[in-house]
Amino acid sequence: MQPAEQTLGHVHEELLDNGLRVLVQEVRTAPLASVWCWYRVGSKNEGPGLTGVSHWVEHMNFKGTTNIPRDKVKGIIEQFGGYWNGYTWIDQTTYTETATRDVLDRMLFIEAERMANCLYDPADCESERTVIISELQGGENDPDQLLDQELTATAFRVHPYAHPTIGWLGDLQTMTREDLFSYYRRHYVPNNATLVIVGDVDRDDVMRRVVRHFGSIQPGEVAKIPATREPEQLGERRVTVSRQGTTAYLKIGYHAPSVVDADFFPLLALDAVLTGAKGVNLWASFRTPAPQRSARLYRALVDGGFASAVNGGLVPTQEPFLYTISVTATEGTALNVVEETALAQLDAVRRHGITDHELQKAKNQLRARLVFEGDCISNIAHQLGYFETIASWRLVPSLAARIDAVTLQQVGEAAATRLKSTNRTIGWFDPQPSTDEQPPAVGEGAGAGPASE
Amino acid sequence: MATLAQRGLSPIRAVLDNGVRVIAKHSGATPAVTVHASFNAGTVFDPAEHLGLSHFVSRTIDRGTAAHPADEIAERLDFRGVSLAITVNRHALSLVCTCLVEDLDPILGTLADIVMQPAFPDREVETRRGEIVTMIRQDEDNPAAMAAEGLLALLYGQAHPYGRRPRGTVETVERIRRSSLHAFHAARFAPDSLLLVMVGDLDPQRAIQWADRAFGGWDGQAAAEPQFPPVEAVHERRVHVIPMMNKAQADIAYGFTTIVRSDPAFYAYWLMNNILGEYSIGGRLGDSIRERQGMAYYVFSALDANVIPGPLVIRAGVNPANVDRALASIDEEITRMAADGPTERELEESRQFLVGSLPRRLETNGGIANFLQMVEFFDLGMDYDLRVPDLLARVTRDEVHAAARAVLDPAKAAVVVAGPYPKSPD
Repeated sequence: MQPAEQTLGHVHEELLDNGLRVLVQEVRTAPLASVWCWYRVGSKNEGPGLTGVSHWVEHMNFKGTTNIPRDKVKGIIEQFGGYWNGYTWIDQTTYTETATRDVLDRMLFIEAERMANCLYDPADCESERTVIISELQGGENDPDQLLDQELTATAFRVHPYAHPTIGWLGDLQTMTREDLFSYYRRHYVPNNATLVIVGDVDRDDVMRRVVRHFGSIQPGEVAKIPATREPEQLGERRVTVSRQGTTAYLKIGYHAPSVVDADFFPLLALDAVLTGAKGVNLWASFRTPAPQRSARLYRALVDGGFASAVNGGLVPTQEPFLYTISVTATEGTALNVVEETALAQLDAVRRHGITDHELQKAKNQLRARLVFEGDCISNIAHQLGYFETIASWRLVPSLAARIDAVTLQQVGEAAATRLKSTNRTIGWFDPQPSTDEQPPAVGEGAGAGPASE
Repeated sequence: MATLAQRGLSPIRAVLDNGVRVIAKHSGATPAVTVHASFNAGTVFDPAEHLGLSHFVSRTIDRGTAAHPADEIAERLDFRGVSLAITVNRHALSLVCTCLVEDLDPILGTLADIVMQPAFPDREVETRRGEIVTMIRQDEDNPAAMAAEGLLALLYGQAHPYGRRPRGTVETVERIRRSSLHAFHAARFAPDSLLLVMVGDLDPQRAIQWADRAFGGWDGQAAAEPQFPPVEAVHERRVHVIPMMNKAQADIAYGFTTIVRSDPAFYAYWLMNNILGEYSIGGRLGDSIRERQGMAYYVFSALDANVIPGPLVIRAGVNPANVDRALASIDEEITRMAADGPTERELEESRQFLVGSLPRRLETNGGIANFLQMVEFFDLGMDYDLRVPDLLARVTRDEVHAAARAVLDPAKAAVVVAGPYPKSPD
């Protein structure tokens, strides 16, 4: 058998007159088609009083349109065996359908309707308010998510990456139907969107259908919030969440490069050395555990008996976000011991870099992940839309080469600059023993991760 | 080119001389392979005094063998970027490996070494024990996990193999010795207990030859499988509350015992459950509790017809103030389903969904491997994917209604609420 080589198909790109960017890739491995419609709007576009609006809008965009009555939404794709979903995160909101290829026209129709004709029935807005608060409170039940939210809010003082995508509870309680609808109208225009179609389809046929469904949607002025850059952090920051619980958690967050920064790929290799490679597909990476048994932080923390789990998180983003290391302390291990052990490893790699062997292993792992995470049309389409939304889809076919080009020196430099103590925020979830049976005051939100429909 | 619907998966199935069952399937979508090696060694085989033993084995079996220390195995897998996950469910312990196609042959050798002669070194056993105790403590602080485990204990009894905590308790895990791990391995890991499924950009015959080279020299037999205690009939509603006052949201688990997977009524139950709590956003339950009443972000039902009558479990996460209202809504929906059955339209749409979703379910190597493992475990036949449409087409509305009537009765439900909810509901 021949060595694995990732085959990258041809991507057809077209810009409609109304500004809608369309990407089509013919992949004939299964009789399926996958459609993704991406908007350049996420929680970083939200100002005070409106945190969580992007995600709430995403929920409202599944509740009927001018030409899809509310009671026809259920089963609109499912009755053809199809699947739909959507998610919102800091830079993006996206919607997807995957079904057999003969349903393609219906999938495009749904996305065109979603872009132009959603209803925002006041009763539906109210009913969804409590669904989203339930989503927030479910997330808050998880101490790790709670800590993630607090760490992110501590690391960012100025940039809107600070607040969780689900939003702060106070804003979710007070936002109005008008807030939601006007936000929808200001961001859901073709010139702020990317439509991706991948699967067993014919390119010309797809383009004809796209023009028919989307061609008449008028472009609009896209609401912009003023650009802001997070000022350089001048010293280590700390945050402790003290709540009842059974288990202690540690998180260390470093300000990280954006996907277009020269440091991004070297840092990705560094993360593979520290915690095992996860790849760069937010939609697929969670399904396949990282190969991390020989990774430095795993060896020191988990094999050392201080932690039951360690994970690194470096995700491609449009602007500089965080590289986060998350650790679950083993029963009976004090957080300061876990922290000292982790920092000793991070300090060693900051001062001495990594070895040739480690770099080769990191590259092997990252290349394998690129293969694993392109295993279905939905994942392939996700990557094109994701990268186009944060930078350019043209990064996708270049990922393997960019990983290959990383040098020992670049990793060493990335470690030296990024892992400085002044660039980090340290978060503790310090579990308190159970005291009484009174419910605690309700918290303010939960989770800095993507919020999904 | 024949489509999937015409020729089906058509995997190659072989039985090695020593009894290992091997299934190989070519799929050229990516230059990768998923290897799914499962043993009849799930949590139902835990001895009563060593609850959590199967899970403990899953956390230690790959931590060193007679020939190779843990570090060497870790390096061998990590250097190639191989992902290895070891999971346990009620009946199976599975090693699931994702690798590049050129690594398949050597990885089969490593997997064979791991499952044939694990060493369970003392140091590894102690380190992993600490991890497991931490995982159990995390579960005890997780309302969703507590509700789900609590429901199974209520449905089957805490001593029944389906009712016990799959990871055991801190006390039972502390008692597990290295010798217990070896004894479990000796009893449950043998050629006749192994099902090896390989899916990916491979030549099936050649992959089977490699499997034979890796596993063909292994001999021995797994111990006889124990008899499972019968599932007791239920005559009343049982409610159990697990107060977790430090939490923001309450998790509800609500359910019944159902049927065995080999019951001819399975396809009617499958459709009934889809209509009740799966189709679109959580079926009828989702319509009521999420869409109409805005009470929950998640609500769904799941059917697990199994070797013995498995559970149908309804789950929801709600604000503590809405627990009673959510339970009343679940009661109402299952009463309605039992009284009237589904509509013809609901039945048709769910049928179309279950048939139409097969190509998606069978798109990836991992999806196909899971499917084939399930097919072989329940002895459904290698052409099962081709027979599913007909099996579902034959189900009538009356049969789905009968399935609903047979299990859905609020007066016989088991109900667990875990979260910030007072101990005694009205």
